[in-house]
Amino acid sequence: MKARTPITAVFAGIAALAAGCAGMSDQEASLKAQQVLKASFKEHGQAKLDRLDQDESQKLCSKPPAQELATETVKHIEKINLASIRYPADGKLLGDWKSGERIAQSGRGKQYNDDPKQPSGANCYACHQLTKAEISYGTIGPSLYHFGKLRGTSDAIQRYAYGKVYNAQAFTACSNMPRFGHNGILTEQQIKDVTALLLDPNSPVNQ
Amino acid sequence: MTIRRRMIATMLAAGAAFGVSAQSSPEAEIAKYREALGAGNPADLWEARGEALWKQKRGPKNASLETCDLGKGPGVAKGAYAEMPRYFADADRVMDLETRLVHCMVTLQGFKFEEATKRTFGSGTNRSDFESLAAWITAESKGVTMNVSLAHPKEREAYQLGEKMFFFRGGPHDFACATCHGESNKRIRLQDLPNLTEKEGAQLAYTTWPAYRVSQGELRTFQWRLNDCFRQQRFPELKFASEASIAITSFLARNANGAAFNAPAIKR
Repeated sequence: MKARTPITAVFAGIAALAAGCAGMSDQEASLKAQQVLKASFKEHGQAKLDRLDQDESQKLCSKPPAQELATETVKHIEKINLASIRYPADGKLLGDWKSGERIAQSGRGKQYNDDPKQPSGANCYACHQLTKAEISYGTIGPSLYHFGKLRGTSDAIQRYAYGKVYNAQAFTACSNMPRFGHNGILTEQQIKDVTALLLDPNSPVNQ
Repeated sequence: MTIRRRMIATMLAAGAAFGVSAQSSPEAEIAKYREALGAGNPADLWEARGEALWKQKRGPKNASLETCDLGKGPGVAKGAYAEMPRYFADADRVMDLETRLVHCMVTLQGFKFEEATKRTFGSGTNRSDFESLAAWITAESKGVTMNVSLAHPKEREAYQLGEKMFFFRGGPHDFACATCHGESNKRIRLQDLPNLTEKEGAQLAYTTWPAYRVSQGELRTFQWRLNDCFRQQRFPELKFASEASIAITSFLARNANGAAFNAPAIKR
């Protein structure tokens, strides 16, 4: 309940603002928006309507950027997401960077027109620079070129990198980055491979 | 040294001095590509078909769409799109262009909703009437200043809901519209992303739809743009002419107010 207090405060503040110009309070608008969304989509292939049911993090992270989250809320989001990370039972966090590179290039997976039997990609290049060779990269996320070269491959760095791919919001609440392990986009082996792409000294990321 | 050679030498020197980054040259190439595309627009073909469709008697009532009221009086297409979505008293709801066209097909021509919306997006020779009609009607707003009203309470509600939906995160990837369109000067791979939360970005993006998509060989409307964004967001499929589609369009169209409408455009 503690973590809820600041959110209620935010709602109250926005509601007061909204009341001046519109019929719905901010909270009413959020509820109505979800109802209208549910009525406005149809399931298609693997994409069922339950994809519109938000978990706690999604709900808390659906605010315009101008409405800054309270520090306690940020801490709460990171705490619940940190608790979701499952590290491999065999204790090995680094897989095959070559497979990791293929996963980083692939944007396939989870779209309603994708074949759910095929493995998903992580599409890292959509948002990040990773290697010198691939110039077609996006800029929504920071450059990860030399990620391992700059940080080394200590156990702590391995756990951080694996955890970040598994659930980015454990470290940055409301990060734009998908929670690849938490939401079942990538398998454990795939996350190991992407972690190797980031950290393996032979990976093109670190050349 | 000729002037041309000197310019090239200067550019090379400047490039060496400032270490031209990997991202600047592909962006320049894409800009050139876009410029080359701008010379001619196959959207003209959709516009011509759309105008003919507007005037053609069709449906169980054997009627044309010439008395369809797009908000500026029966049959007036000129400038209508620049004021949509808008509240229509006869339907007591806010409608975007495509939704209004469905309404007119049902009320004037006698089609059932399911019949009217059988082919919302075209593919090859299976053309969509909506894409043709929208091409013609939106072309009738070319150069007109965007002026979407929030005077009616239902228009304000649509805008408010659209804003909520724009920031709504969901699905296995936690994506919202804002994930890709909430910050300036970002790109996905090499594709520049408009920041739709700022006036300039919203204006540039909204006023250039519908567009002829070179990669698809099709004229695509704003309903298509939203539908395909949600596919990539890993959401279920957005229903054509749904309340959410109208709400988000209201939010984005209103944010583009003040800019000159400039479509049908041409995009990669």
